[in-house]
Amino acid sequence: MPLNRAFVGRTFAAPEPYEVSREKIREFAEAIGDPHPAYLSREAARALGYPDVIAPPTFAVVLTGRSGENPIFDPELGMRYERVVHGSQEFTHHRPIRAGDVLSVSSRITDIRDAGPHERLTTVTEIRAAGGELVCTATNVLMSRGTAAVEVPA
Amino acid sequence: MTAPAFADVAVGAELPQTAYPLTREALVRYAGASGDFNVIHWNERAAKAAGLPDVIAHGMLTMAQVARLVTDWTGDPGAVTEYRLRFSRPVAVPDEGGARIVVRGRVEEKLDGNRVAVALEASVDGAPVVAAARAVVRLG
Repeated sequence: MPLNRAFVGRTFAAPEPYEVSREKIREFAEAIGDPHPAYLSREAARALGYPDVIAPPTFAVVLTGRSGENPIFDPELGMRYERVVHGSQEFTHHRPIRAGDVLSVSSRITDIRDAGPHERLTTVTEIRAAGGELVCTATNVLMSRGTAAVEVPA
Repeated sequence: MTAPAFADVAVGAELPQTAYPLTREALVRYAGASGDFNVIHWNERAAKAAGLPDVIAHGMLTMAQVARLVTDWTGDPGAVTEYRLRFSRPVAVPDEGGARIVVRGRVEEKLDGNRVAVALEASVDGAPVVAAARAVVRLG
């Protein structure tokens, strides 16, 4: 079953902001196996000029991937997750995410198109701090394997 | 390691090559920390039924390892202003032995604002797993 193309252009804003904690940053840093002190120690982060521990460059995925906060999890889209692999990812960081941030997350599906037998879904997410400061823009491309409505030659 | 200074960095300079191990345990930890519990990252039967060679690593876990080459080089992970890549091949993580991602980087371009663009490559068993990987990082 192909994806529901009516979702192109649809925006979904998370109902509650995401509060970034030191402990979540630590957990994420440990999960990626990266012991950089700026992720773990406020003193080390301050020595680099930051007010508190900062998050790794890919941490924003924690905010964009939560179910209920991204239109890709809407059952009406028709995505089957075991068919999905990550196609590409892009981040623009205006400043690093850091402990103490209260971040609002807004995601928009900008494109769904066929890519051979697969479908390619693009989502652009904006992450803003309290007051509206743009912290990070993330562009996520997912490949839905084998779901295109095309005749595939045998 | 001493942070590289913008003035001292030449286009074409290689970053120190690094290898990062990936195990099933690492995938479980990453699933928990990131919130991505897609079955293809922890259930071999489901991954194979979906046509994949084995359980595969989260693309974002691979992307985190590739970033580390840059952040370890500069010493300031908050100095990465842009970072992108394409996942060109799934990283299968066998139950026994796991996988080993080898990451290379090269200074591709010097930009305004003391920033440099680094072209990145990652491979497993000699086969590339990412394409068009590039990070822009601000140096002192």
